[in-house]
Amino acid sequence: MRKIWAWGALLFGILYFTLPLIGMTNFSLKMRRGEYSFDAYAKVFGDPRFQETFTYSVAQALFTIAFGVLLVVPTAYWVRLKLPRLRPYIEFITLLPLVIPAIVIVFGYIRLYNTSSWLPLTGSAFGTDILLMFGYATLALPYMYRAVDTGLRTIDVATLTEAAQSLGAGWATILARIILPNVLVAVLSGAFLTFAIVIGEFTMAALLNKPAFGPYMQLLGANRAYEPAALAVIAFGITWGCLGLIQLVSRFQKSAPPKA
Amino acid sequence: MSFLSLTNIKKSFGPVQVVHDFNMVIEKGEFVSFLGPSGCGKTTILRMIAGFETPSGGSIVINGTDQGTLKPNQRNIGMVFQAYALFPNMNVHDNVAFGLKVAGASKADIDTRVKQMLGLIKLEHLADRFPYQLSGGQQQRVALARALAVKPQVLLLDEPLSALDAKIRISLREEIRQIQQQLGITTVFVTHDQEEALSVSDRIVVMNAGRADQIGTPFEIYNTPATRFVASFVGTLNIIEAKVVDPAAGSVTIGGRPVLLKEGIASHKGGDSISLALRPEAGSIADGSRGDTALPGEVVSTSFLGSVIRTRLRVGGDVISFDMFNNPGIVPPVAGENVTLRFAAKDLLVIRE
Repeated sequence: MRKIWAWGALLFGILYFTLPLIGMTNFSLKMRRGEYSFDAYAKVFGDPRFQETFTYSVAQALFTIAFGVLLVVPTAYWVRLKLPRLRPYIEFITLLPLVIPAIVIVFGYIRLYNTSSWLPLTGSAFGTDILLMFGYATLALPYMYRAVDTGLRTIDVATLTEAAQSLGAGWATILARIILPNVLVAVLSGAFLTFAIVIGEFTMAALLNKPAFGPYMQLLGANRAYEPAALAVIAFGITWGCLGLIQLVSRFQKSAPPKA
Repeated sequence: MSFLSLTNIKKSFGPVQVVHDFNMVIEKGEFVSFLGPSGCGKTTILRMIAGFETPSGGSIVINGTDQGTLKPNQRNIGMVFQAYALFPNMNVHDNVAFGLKVAGASKADIDTRVKQMLGLIKLEHLADRFPYQLSGGQQQRVALARALAVKPQVLLLDEPLSALDAKIRISLREEIRQIQQQLGITTVFVTHDQEEALSVSDRIVVMNAGRADQIGTPFEIYNTPATRFVASFVGTLNIIEAKVVDPAAGSVTIGGRPVLLKEGIASHKGGDSISLALRPEAGSIADGSRGDTALPGEVVSTSFLGSVIRTRLRVGGDVISFDMFNNPGIVPPVAGENVTLRFAAKDLLVIRE
């Protein structure tokens, strides 16, 4: 009897999550009247704005990931190694982007870095690109920090650092050759989550007037019928692809964490 | 000439002083063990030598160079940790090669040295394994090879055997000592296991509450402990309370029976209570010819410890343990039996508090 309930709950869960997706995918394939086709997908992929915005967002995502890794890995490492008492405060700060809406952050940027400020980043396309990248890094901070911090928890940071120091290594060598490789899976998890956030983000890109994928999806959704559904399926595909890559990378990890 | 000298070393963590004016000179090639209970300051001294802690006062000089301003990675000191600390992302070869790569050695030199080191620890066949594929003993041997690969001027061993099981511990400590003698490397070994310290060291420093209670050879530490702490920490020791009768002659009474010590105790006066120490192996109830002192007692219990049988005996107000070698023909005493404990008065040591 208990098994029947368990199977029933599982079935309900599967239907709850998959039915909308199946419906959306089904709709996206019905652009041609009376038969299934990939016309909507062909239109989306053939749209030069899709290619432009997608390429822009991918480039932004890659720079955001690089910046996030350079910011978060040394910070999380240093906090664990030298400032463990500050951990709760750092964690609190990294969680702030979850409660402060993106619109507040971007308006803050615009006020701080407008053309009459001491650092007029909004005055040039390159400046707004940089601002957008910082904004994305801020939005991704809770995920990136948590992923890296969890990764650092699985290794004995202090002893490994001391072992490397006793062998003559400086901080840069320790970070690049000991710490980063040992939290690589965690860093990649954070990186893929960052990628997914950047690809779908709308507010910041729209208010900074950048040709990103998020505003393009919104624009398409407001003006077309079948293409937005196709685009949503593509976006889902990208997100799932990222999650799949996290799993794949985890399996390729060469070493196992040391025993506690 | 001294190779490693520690002069007036102090260390405080906030208001708590964990090392008090520690002084010691270690010769080149010497194997010195720091022995003491948890929290006695032995690891802190080791970490100050390595540069991981900064002394609150005093100086550390290695081979004529003051280490005060040098960072840990500038000291050329090899260290082996209790938790192995092998880099999980590198295989055995790369772990051993790490220090050489950091030093900028050529690939050929690195390969030669790594091979040499893995030969030293007899693990050449495991060069491609990752740390998680090795046993604890193997990991610690790799850690030793890694520390030695960079030809350090001093080797520091921070309780390297504590995480291993008893059999591996014994074989590895012998291996460490053999390698140390082979390479002639100055070594500081931290342990809380007195048997480990006694078996491998040239000298032992017995630490107590941030101070060195006694520095000496294993023989001196075991046979002539300077303080009650050393006596009780190193080996099993009976502490017997006695009353001074004639300080100049070394005459005392134990449980009302007169005993003549090997020398006078001029620092005490008649009627004083003093503590005497007697090793369990110094007493006997079987051998009538052994010793010049006899005390009557009652057997409290008998424990079989394999090679020896330990008997606890009530003598006067004290309970004294003594050991006898096991052999198939022996009849162990039983609880409640009245026996005579014999020992040589020269084996009694007057203990300083």
